[in-house]
Amino acid sequence: MQEPAISEKLIADHGINDEEYARLLEIIGREPTYTELGIFSAMWNEHCSYKSSKKWLRTLPTEGPQVICGPGENAGIVDIGDGQCVVFKMESHNHPSYIEPYQGAATGVGGILRDVFTMGARPIAAMNSLSFGEVSHPKTKSLVNGVVAGVGGYGNCFGVPTVGGEVRFDPAYNGNCLVNAFAAGLADTDKIFYSAASGVGMPVVYLGAKTGRDGVGGATMASAEFDDTIEEKRPTVQVGDPFTEKRLMEATLELMATGAVISIQDMGAAGLTCSAVEMGDKGGLGVKLNLEDVPQREENMTAYEMMLSESQERMLMVLKPELEAAARAVFIKWDLDFAIVGETIPEDRFLILHNGEVKADLPLKALSGTAPEYDRPWVPTPKAAPLEDVPAIDPIKGLTALISSANYARKSWVWEQYDSMVMADTVDGPRLGAGVIRVHGTDKLLAFTSDVTPRYVKANPTEGGKQAVAEAYRNLVSKGAKPLATTDNMNFGNPEKPEIMGQFVGAIQGIGEACIALDMPIVSGNVSLYNETDGTGILPTPTIGAVGLIDNIDQLILGGIQEGDVALLLGETQGHLGQSALLAEAFDRVEGDAPAVDLATELANGEFVRTNASLIRAASDLSDGGLALAAFELAQDAKLGLALETDDTAQLFGEDQARYVLVATPDNAATLISAAKTAGVSLAEIGTFKGDTLSFGSTTASLADLTAIYNNSFAEQLA
Amino acid sequence: MRAAVVVFPGSNCDRDLAVALEKAGADVTMVWHKDTDLPKGLDFVGVPGGFSFGDYLRCGAIAARSPICRSVVDFANKGGHVFGVCNGFQILTETGLLPGALLQNAGLKYICKNVGLKVESTNSAFTAGYTAGSEITIPVAHHEGNYTADAETVAMLQAEDRVAFTYTDNPNGATADIAGIFSENRRVLGMMPHPERMAEPAHGGTDGAPMFASLINALIPA
Repeated sequence: MQEPAISEKLIADHGINDEEYARLLEIIGREPTYTELGIFSAMWNEHCSYKSSKKWLRTLPTEGPQVICGPGENAGIVDIGDGQCVVFKMESHNHPSYIEPYQGAATGVGGILRDVFTMGARPIAAMNSLSFGEVSHPKTKSLVNGVVAGVGGYGNCFGVPTVGGEVRFDPAYNGNCLVNAFAAGLADTDKIFYSAASGVGMPVVYLGAKTGRDGVGGATMASAEFDDTIEEKRPTVQVGDPFTEKRLMEATLELMATGAVISIQDMGAAGLTCSAVEMGDKGGLGVKLNLEDVPQREENMTAYEMMLSESQERMLMVLKPELEAAARAVFIKWDLDFAIVGETIPEDRFLILHNGEVKADLPLKALSGTAPEYDRPWVPTPKAAPLEDVPAIDPIKGLTALISSANYARKSWVWEQYDSMVMADTVDGPRLGAGVIRVHGTDKLLAFTSDVTPRYVKANPTEGGKQAVAEAYRNLVSKGAKPLATTDNMNFGNPEKPEIMGQFVGAIQGIGEACIALDMPIVSGNVSLYNETDGTGILPTPTIGAVGLIDNIDQLILGGIQEGDVALLLGETQGHLGQSALLAEAFDRVEGDAPAVDLATELANGEFVRTNASLIRAASDLSDGGLALAAFELAQDAKLGLALETDDTAQLFGEDQARYVLVATPDNAATLISAAKTAGVSLAEIGTFKGDTLSFGSTTASLADLTAIYNNSFAEQLA
Repeated sequence: MRAAVVVFPGSNCDRDLAVALEKAGADVTMVWHKDTDLPKGLDFVGVPGGFSFGDYLRCGAIAARSPICRSVVDFANKGGHVFGVCNGFQILTETGLLPGALLQNAGLKYICKNVGLKVESTNSAFTAGYTAGSEITIPVAHHEGNYTADAETVAMLQAEDRVAFTYTDNPNGATADIAGIFSENRRVLGMMPHPERMAEPAHGGTDGAPMFASLINALIPA
């Protein structure tokens, strides 16, 4: 096949600008071949190179005694004691999911699972954070149905329990949905695998599924805005095969146990190119590949296509040559491809041969090391205008506005499509707050949560960034867990716009401050920029995935509220209604500043909950919808009524931070109140669980009626 | 009790079933689908849930034709106890050991949640530990759990007391609310719900535990 000549249009089509092309010429000293241009475009696009975000990501706290491996590898690794660790990361698959929701979401789940088992960890939990356009938008329903089915279709077949997540709707996502997938795995700390190659002349082995033409150019697509040519981008979306992924996971873990693996890397974005360069770069070695040895699903594939294919369920490994037979046997057992496709070489060179012909011959270090890095201009987000008066609202009306909206209705229509119990270690699945699983064969538990309030981040990126971390912290603490560490999935619009870059910078600052104060270092993450369509960006959405540890099942705060149990409010309420859920859902107003986050109070209140976990029957953090929504959620879960004295709109629906509702027996409640005095935290009794009505002051409604609205609203609008 | 759990490449509840059997006191061996023979001296074979061959073609159809399944059928035909959960139930219908088929859920979506079951028959080694007519809570997790058989077969299953469990609130459109059925000799049980996921307090309930306890009880060698 005749390769296209290098032209200005071809270069631009690869997303490489003039400045970057000049740099490319400087590095290689000649015009690139077609394949080389493709390789540069794969390595230098925003998705793979983090060229706009790197400068700011470096400022995040990534260390702590609990951290075994921070950002830079396939996933972060955190110590959970007893020689075990949890390996986790969150990653976006936004652009593909909007173009082709089922496969886009499915392969997003597949990609993050591979990141985890590539490191030697068996995946034990998954979550997903989904953002869609307004419910009435013509695309929303089909996107929700496709994405949810895709997440479920992949994770259910693979066999990992999906234990938590978020689903939100806002017009800002009409043209760009967000699909952020989280996975966590369990490994022994002395059996972790990394990507750095070592040793010269070591075989480079291709593992897993065959290479096809799917996903060619996907990472470049994911680094651009959308316009009305979006339908043409459908072929850049990969197709997932969870059955192959399940076999690849089992085979990879078995392979690792043979001792044959020197280093290993999954093929994700930009497939063979990215994985080979990364292994060589980290190991200070060159890589030579013979593409005719790559297992191929389609005929007459070119070097360009093979190097840029994003076919799923593939890995690249550097093998101990003496153990080849044992390694190969594992892959034969699982009916997967195992092909030696190249070797490590001593010089700094990425040499791609196809049937003996040189298709690319590039300096390897330069491909990753010299990727462009931008200090994009940014402007701070202006201070939000003060909130105009909010009229008082009948609390039942306010609550009904919340629980009948798709944003705050019960999401069981979503999570019941996910297997939340496979592996038989799920102790608390999707319901309220964090999901909890048992570390198999032990009494330890891990809690998982995913949080962000994009409205807050837009109004005030720094406080919004802090709030996302603080809410994740509170959700973990509400189950009795000690928050350990965090993964961040930064979803923003076009970074070339200074105001968008300003949102990013502000959010990073807030996330960083909160992670330091709450001792939850960032150990992995992902950045998704250019979430814009026809120039309109999404709400800034820095999704925070967080993991906590519960040392013993006795420390778990599980719920199971009994009649006569007392509800207590921990934390102080000023009644902050700016950017609140009530304002948006009941008054259709998006105004005011985000609530301020006092990290010292967050820590003090969180420590109080954890210290007194054995006295607490149930706990819920207060976030969107404030006290009213949290009280209702606990009451409906318990199927017991609750009467709160106040009917004040701001007291009930304000979204002040650092607050929880705690539930305890009357005796334990008394003990908690005196403990709170000693600890200097604010704790007050607010009601008793009994009867079958929910009351705020003198307004009352049947809990059963409210529960029916809560349970049915989501499906009524989106099924 | 000597038990084997069959492992297909896409099984993902194999460990869960083995753990539940072991906790009840069984001695469990995992058996790979490419093996042709089951271990000697077995009392029980479990066919676990999951996606044996990706649920490609038709759930359970490829697995039912794998080498090990010939031995599982022989084992059952000689009077051995065989238990198929979820995908295992689908596989057992595909082998012909159990009548009927599992179609897509009536709602066309995957469903994972706790459901109420009525214990219809305690006349088996699997269900002897329950009280007839009692209601228990066990989770389901499937996309193809809609049990379907012709009217004659359903009438026969009911007449012969071969319906093990029915749903109290049918989640998938199954004929006659059927959640699980026995073979004619009552030694093969297939069911869509997962008792191994409700077998210890950490699971949030133990309504699945009596199944494993009664199996052990019944199959302890004299």
